[in-house]
Amino acid sequence: MAYPTTYRYTKEHEWIEVEGKTGRIGITDHAQGSLGDIVFVDIPKVGASVQAGKVFGSVESVKAVSDLYSPVTGTVTAVNEDLITAPEKINTDAHGSWIIKVELSNAAEVETLLDSAAYEKFVTEETGH
Amino acid sequence: MRYLPKSPAEREEMLRQIGVESINDLFSTIPAEYRLNRDLCVPRQMAESEIIEYFKAAAAETANGYASFLGAGAYRHYRPVIIDSLVQRGEFLTSYTPYQAEITQGTLQAIFEFQTMICELTGMEIANASMYDGSTGAAEAMMMAVRITGRREVLAAETVHPEYREVMRTYAQHQGLPATRIGYGVDGRIDMGQLAEKLNEDTACVVVQSPNFFGIVEDIPAIAELTHSKGAMLIVSIAEAVSLGIMRPPAEADIVSMEAQSFGVALSYGGPYCGVIASKEKYLRQMPGRLCGETTDSEGRRGFVLTLATREQHIRREKATSNICTNQALVALMATIFLTVYGKEGIRELALQNLAKAQYAAQALSGAPGVKLLFAGTPRFHEFVLQTEESADELSARLLEHKIIGGLSLKKWYPELGNATLWCATELNKREEIDRAAVVVTAQAETISNAQQARSTTYNNKSFSGICF
Amino acid sequence: MATTVQDAQQAEDKGRKFAGIRTKVSSHLSQNEALVFEKSSPGKKGYKLPTLDVPEVDASAVLGGAVRKDAGCLPELSEIEIIRHFTRLSTWNYAIDLGMYPLGSCTMKYNPRVNEFVSRIEGIAEAHPYQPESLSQGALKVIRQLQDCLLDITGMDAITLQPAAGAHGEFTGILLVRAYHQSKGNPRRKILIPDSAHGTNPATAAQCGYEVQNLKSNALGMVDLAALEQMVDEDTAALMLTNPSTIGVFEAEIHKVAEILHAKGALLYMDGANMNALVGKTRPGDFGVDVMHLNLHKTFSTPHGGGGPGSGPVACKKMLEPFLPTPIVEKAPDGSLRFNYDRPQSVGRVRMFYGNFGMFVRALAYILANGPDGLRQTTEDAVLNANYIRKNLEDTLELPFKTPTLHEVCFSDRRQAAKGIKTGDMAKRLIDYGFHPYTVSFPHIVSGALMIEPTESESVEELDLFIDAMKQIAREAEENPELILSAPHATRISRLDEVGAARRPVLRWKPKAE
Repeated sequence: MAYPTTYRYTKEHEWIEVEGKTGRIGITDHAQGSLGDIVFVDIPKVGASVQAGKVFGSVESVKAVSDLYSPVTGTVTAVNEDLITAPEKINTDAHGSWIIKVELSNAAEVETLLDSAAYEKFVTEETGH
Repeated sequence: MRYLPKSPAEREEMLRQIGVESINDLFSTIPAEYRLNRDLCVPRQMAESEIIEYFKAAAAETANGYASFLGAGAYRHYRPVIIDSLVQRGEFLTSYTPYQAEITQGTLQAIFEFQTMICELTGMEIANASMYDGSTGAAEAMMMAVRITGRREVLAAETVHPEYREVMRTYAQHQGLPATRIGYGVDGRIDMGQLAEKLNEDTACVVVQSPNFFGIVEDIPAIAELTHSKGAMLIVSIAEAVSLGIMRPPAEADIVSMEAQSFGVALSYGGPYCGVIASKEKYLRQMPGRLCGETTDSEGRRGFVLTLATREQHIRREKATSNICTNQALVALMATIFLTVYGKEGIRELALQNLAKAQYAAQALSGAPGVKLLFAGTPRFHEFVLQTEESADELSARLLEHKIIGGLSLKKWYPELGNATLWCATELNKREEIDRAAVVVTAQAETISNAQQARSTTYNNKSFSGICF
Repeated sequence: MATTVQDAQQAEDKGRKFAGIRTKVSSHLSQNEALVFEKSSPGKKGYKLPTLDVPEVDASAVLGGAVRKDAGCLPELSEIEIIRHFTRLSTWNYAIDLGMYPLGSCTMKYNPRVNEFVSRIEGIAEAHPYQPESLSQGALKVIRQLQDCLLDITGMDAITLQPAAGAHGEFTGILLVRAYHQSKGNPRRKILIPDSAHGTNPATAAQCGYEVQNLKSNALGMVDLAALEQMVDEDTAALMLTNPSTIGVFEAEIHKVAEILHAKGALLYMDGANMNALVGKTRPGDFGVDVMHLNLHKTFSTPHGGGGPGSGPVACKKMLEPFLPTPIVEKAPDGSLRFNYDRPQSVGRVRMFYGNFGMFVRALAYILANGPDGLRQTTEDAVLNANYIRKNLEDTLELPFKTPTLHEVCFSDRRQAAKGIKTGDMAKRLIDYGFHPYTVSFPHIVSGALMIEPTESESVEELDLFIDAMKQIAREAEENPELILSAPHATRISRLDEVGAARRPVLRWKPKAE
């Protein structure tokens, strides 16, 4: 799976695509693959504040829960309502299925995140293949 | 030992195959200083006949053969015979939690039927597979409301069963949740004025019971409206499940926490009973306990599985909605069979009989001067409070002489009610025994009354409140 | 010569869905059965109430606006239909009464029928929890007798029978810990829990307001003493430890664990889930445990009932006694038994009334049936059985920890996983061979765990059948993995769509829209 070069990544397997002052956040294809069939996404409310490196929600498969860590600090401006009724969209298209949109309060944070090459290398090292 | 399926020779052969000399070699990892080198101090091994004799002797030292008017959270109802025949089938009795759905469809389908029946009765959209009992169910419901609202304070009506409140207090205090008790008015219902006063922006939930501990029907729609106006959740606790046969469901509640003992479960000196939590679909993810869901197998056939397990302790560990694991599955099955036996019409007819017996009993027992039926004008189900000039202990002692267990003394919990006793009449209380009890109660009451002139009762019109429920 | 059903079954197995042959089971028909609501029709009755001997009442007049108009979709069936409905459902279940139930840490032992009989004796079954104490002496004696037995079995000083299940016992035990520390001025902040622990342990600690700190196991799957020493400080309230551990190993250095904790004023909590390995052989109270719970539905043979009821007594040392839940049973000066509610330091009630009394009766009946000799023999047989399985399967399955085990043995699926067969797949395949699966993927410290606890209730014959089934499954993993991956084949239904169930939950039946 190709990791979009326009995205940035966390070691907790989230991606963020920044456009102006807004970032779209989702989980990586690697993350959805290791979690398996996703059955539920716990999404914060619009207006909630998120902090870089802190949990903002979770994704669940039948027998596992995985916390979602925000790549950036900011305020949630939109949530992907589609995922409430069709969480499987993350399995079929992880990089196209954003979970929340965040208005960034500190754009410089993005620079500290992994780029696609670094993330791919990280995943390879982590899984050992 | 008759439960152990091995001969001495087989044991020897197994040890030989394992490659050890003696059984104690297999316990060698236990340090010698901690090995028990004596017999346990427990009674010697008994024959089955001796075991039965032992328990029959114990049973003889209980209230066998007494007429009883006790309720207060544990109710005497007739238990159809087929309940015990069915739940004693080994396939139900000796099966584990149905995690392996392919070979536990029987238990799973029964749970699904239970969940459906509870939803129908309570007016809720979802119900879990059971909790330990009504008291812990109320405590878990309270914790659920705290999680959902993100608020901390819990208000509980003083008319909720006192032991439920004690359990809730235990759960609340170690979480540091402020708990406030709301008193009751002269009608025996929650004091609405006080509730309005105590509700605030940090109130997570209001817990009421209906019928309440005095047997009184609370005005759920009004309580719900007031509670919701402050953004708090309403938890309705139901201790007497049979009441739902004739009482409108508390559909305005956000969570219903129920004790299903009345549905075919033996009194058994207080347990095992069967709690259950029901709620609205939108709160599904915050429900504690197991849930059974419908699905299909690989060939499209209907089947059932335990689902949404990510809420539970074995997956979410310290972040779980509750630590509950073992529940009351077999007792929930009893309730399911009970509700199937009585069904749509029977549950109503049964509740109506209870209503009629209690109406009759309340009238018969409060007929004499010196005996007062408290909260007389308020609708109630099958329990009522009598206030007497005679102390509850004296009254009880006199009734016991006539092989009658009278109402429960309320002195411990509601001293302000004076000599008050809580009576319950179900379909099992025959008119004859009600009349007999009435004669005993009335006779003495008249004696006292004649001798001392009836004084006005000690109960006054203030409402009672405190700093903690 | 006539062929037996078993012969025919085995011939059939050879040809088709089995690489080997099944000895324990044959296929048979099972009855289909709809949901009870779907069988209902208006006017059918399964009940008859006695004639009302008091005047009828008008419910609307009595209850006013609170009166109910309709009981919804509750079913209407006759008695024979109800009997058949639930009997048919029952036949879809596996049960101890049908065969071995090797669920590790669940202790699925025989549930004696005399237990059921005595719990239903009138006077026991019909005893009201609020009947006068003078009329409850028999019930109180049962409570007292069971308490005395459990105290000697555990080697502890005081006990409460109030908790309704194991996890509820944990909750109670940790509240005792909290109250104890609180009485010394500070409840402390954290509870240590090994990574091999049951999920109830961390959930309990959190429910009691504690922060959970994970204690990594050492290479042998045991408590890492050095790590423990580093982690325990003045802020540690307790360590929650299962002993023997969830891989069936006795913590040989348990006394050092206790010493390390006690040196910092912390307490040792023992999860008694695996007590079936210890009864009559060693006592937690003797090896340094301060507080523990028991599971009457595991060690003391009360039935699991498809998930409950259980009962989770909590036993503790003297210094924790003042904090036990109210009420406690005590002897009055006149020699009678009574409840004492005057316990100012108590953590409060954890349940209404006195606990799952019906379970106390059953557990006591079990203890009486065994006596001291039977209880010891029971433990020995449980350990013997587990070691017999271990010995006979250690060439077939990977044994990640070679440490001697007591009542259960934990293998891993490493060898089979290389062929794409995981523990969960073999578990499903075991169903086809006529057994309930072992515990799958637990404890988490073993990757692909198969945790097997036979209990004392299995004969050599049943153990051999199980061993044979596991060996055949291992052979299938080599020869025909597809058979395993699509198992079970012999059940009423095949693997269920758990993903669909969780994505779009259907948690109740609804009548079809008219």
